[in-house]
Amino acid sequence: MNNIIDVKNLTYKYANSGDKKALDNVSLSIEKGSWTSIVGHNGSGKSTLARSIDGLMSYNEGVINVDGIILSDDTVWDIRKKIGMIFQNPDNQFVGATVEDDVAFGLENLGIETDKMHKIVNNVLKKVRMEDFKERQPDQLSGGQKQRVAIAGVLASKPEIIILDEATSMLDPQGRYEIINLINEIHQENDITVISITHDVSEAMLSDHVIVLNDGKIVESGAPKKVFNDDEMLKLTGLEKPFNAHLFDALVEQGIHPPVELRMDENDLEEWLCQLLLKA
Amino acid sequence: MSIAFESVDFVYQAHTPFENLSLRNINLTIPDGSYTAIIGHTGSGKSTLIQHVNGLLRPTKGLVNVDGQIINANTKNKQLVSLRQHVGIVFQFPESQLFAETVVDDVKFGPLNFGVSDTEATNRAKDALQKVKLPEEFWQKSPFELSGGQMRRVAIAGVLATNPKILILDEPTAGLDPQGRFEMMELFNELHHKEQLTILLVTHQMDDVANYADNVIVMDGGQIVKNGAPVEVFRDTKWLIKHQLGLPKAANFAIKLADRGVKFDKMPLDISGLVHQIVNVKDRRPSHE
Ligand SMILES: Nc1ncnc2c1ncn2[C@@H]1O[C@H](COP(=O)(O)OP(=O)(O)OP(=O)(O)O)[C@@H](O)[C@H]1O
Ligand SMILES: Nc1ncnc2c1ncn2[C@@H]1O[C@H](COP(=O)(O)OP(=O)(O)OP(=O)(O)O)[C@@H](O)[C@H]1O
Ligand SMILES: [Mg+2]
Ligand SMILES: [Mg+2]
Repeated sequence: MNNIIDVKNLTYKYANSGDKKALDNVSLSIEKGSWTSIVGHNGSGKSTLARSIDGLMSYNEGVINVDGIILSDDTVWDIRKKIGMIFQNPDNQFVGATVEDDVAFGLENLGIETDKMHKIVNNVLKKVRMEDFKERQPDQLSGGQKQRVAIAGVLASKPEIIILDEATSMLDPQGRYEIINLINEIHQENDITVISITHDVSEAMLSDHVIVLNDGKIVESGAPKKVFNDDEMLKLTGLEKPFNAHLFDALVEQGIHPPVELRMDENDLEEWLCQLLLKA
Repeated sequence: MSIAFESVDFVYQAHTPFENLSLRNINLTIPDGSYTAIIGHTGSGKSTLIQHVNGLLRPTKGLVNVDGQIINANTKNKQLVSLRQHVGIVFQFPESQLFAETVVDDVKFGPLNFGVSDTEATNRAKDALQKVKLPEEFWQKSPFELSGGQMRRVAIAGVLATNPKILILDEPTAGLDPQGRFEMMELFNELHHKEQLTILLVTHQMDDVANYADNVIVMDGGQIVKNGAPVEVFRDTKWLIKHQLGLPKAANFAIKLADRGVKFDKMPLDISGLVHQIVNVKDRRPSHE
C-alpha cells in the first residue's frame, strides 16, 4: 500500500492544560489518493491532529511522515507546500486585502507568473461561484461566502493533500453539495488525498475511510459502513447514526424487516422499499 | 417581545464604490413568544436581517419596531441600551464574540454590564456553562485556548446568562458535535416553551426547521420570498430547490420513492412521519399470498 501520511505514536499536550493530552498516542496511515473523514466530539483533538500534520505545532512525542519526508523544523516548509489546509474559522485564513489577492496569495508563493495566476484565480473563483466578489474585502462577506473563498484559495494552488477542517459548515444545503462534489472531482482527477474533519454523518458516509477520535485517542478506524454500524461506539462517543440507519430501525419497530445489510445502504434500502410498495 | 420591520432597506458601505444593497423592502411581523426559522442561500441577507433587531445595524430606509422601541437610520446607540438587555444574539462565528481572560469572565460580562451584582453574575455564568455542557475543567481557561465547538458553547452561554427575552441564533449549532447539536436545540426549545422566549433561528439544517420552528422565513437576494408554517414551505419542493434550499432528510427520501411511483398521502417531514406513510401504503396494497 502506498501511504502518503504515516503518523506514529503522536502525543500532544498544550501548555497549561495540566496532564490532559489533546492527542494521546495516535497512530494512523492515510493512503495516497484516498478520502478520509475524521469525526469525534468537540474537543476530541481533530483540529490539533490536522494542525500537527501541517507542521503548525511542535509535538511532544511521535513521528509524522508526509510523502516520505519526516516532519521536523528543517522539513516543515517542504511538507507545508504539499498540504492545503482550510481552517475551521475562515477569518483565520485570510491574508489578502481583497478576495482576488487572497486567492492569488498561495500562487505568488509558488512563483507562478502574473498572467497565468490571473487565469487560475478567475477559474477557481468561478468554480466556487464567487467571481462577482473579486474586489471585495474578505471580511465583508457573508459566512458562507467566506468559506467559499477559503476553499478557492486552497484549490488554486493544487496541493497534493487537502485538509478541510469543517470547511463547509456554513454553506446552504445545495452549496455544500456542490462544493463537496467540486472537491471530489479535483480529488479524482488529480489523485489528490483529502482529509475532511466533519460533524456531518452523511458526508462521512461518502468517504473511503473514517477515523473516530475520542478524548485524543483513536477509538475506531475503517470503512464508513463498518464504523457507523457500531451503535455502541456511536453512543459512547456522542456521534449519531446515519439517516438510513435511523429509518431502518424505525421500520423494524413497525414490523417491516429489510435485510440487515441495507441498514448501511441508502440506495439499496430505497430499492427494497420500492419493490415492497409497488408490487401489486 | 414582538418584532416588526416596516419597509426596511439596508445598504452596506453606503456612498462608497462598494455600496451594496443587502436588504430590500423588508416587511415582517414576528409575534411575541414565537419560534421563527430564517433560511436562504449563502449571501441572501439572513445575518444582515437579524442584526437589525438590536440595532447593531440600522435600517438605511424604513424602521424596525421591537416592543415599541423604534430603530431607524437616526437611532443612536444610547437609545438602545435598554433594548439590548433583552435581545441576545449568538453570532455566526463564535470567536468574534469572545474576548475575556477566562471563560467564566467572558460569560459574566453581559450580566455585569447590565448592572447585576458580581455574585449573581458568577452564579448565572456557572448555570449557563452547565446548561451548554462545557465541562468545569475549562471554566478558568482562556476562551481562545478552546476547540471550535467549545468556543461555540461559551458564546451561547454568554448570551443565555443575560436572560434575554428575544434570543437570536445565527447558525448556533454549526461546529457542534451531533450530540451537542441535539442537546442545544432541545435547550433552546425548552427556553422557548418554559420562559416564552421569542426565538429567531438562522439555519441551514432543514430538520431543525421542521422539528422546532412554528414559522419559516425564506430569504433570497435581500428580500423575503416566502413566509409560512414549515409544512407549507416544504410542500413546494421544486421551488425550494430553485432557491438552493434542501428539505428535511425524511422528505428527501420520500420524494425519491414518490418519483418512482409510490403514492404517499402527504409529505413526511421526519422519520416517524415517513415510516407511518410507508406502513399506510403497504397496508393499502392488495395482499396476494
Ligand atoms: N490553543 C490551545 N491551547 C490550549 N488548549 C487547547 C488549544 N486548542 C485546543 N485546546 C484543547 O485541546 C483539546 C482538543 O482540541 P481540538 O481543537 O483539537 O478539538 P476538536 O476535535 O477540533 O474539537 P471541535 O469539534 O470542537 O473543533 C480540547 O480539549 C481543547 O480545549
Ligand atoms: N460588512 C459587509 N460589507 C459589505 N457587504 C457585506 C458585508 N457583510 C455582508 N455583506 C454582503 O451582504 C449580503 C448579505 O450578507 P449576509 O451576511 O446577510 O448573508 P447570509 O444570508 O447571512 O449568508 P450566509 O448563509 O453565507 O451566512 C452578501 O452579499 C454579503 O456579501
Ligand atoms: Mg476543531
Ligand atoms: Mg450569515
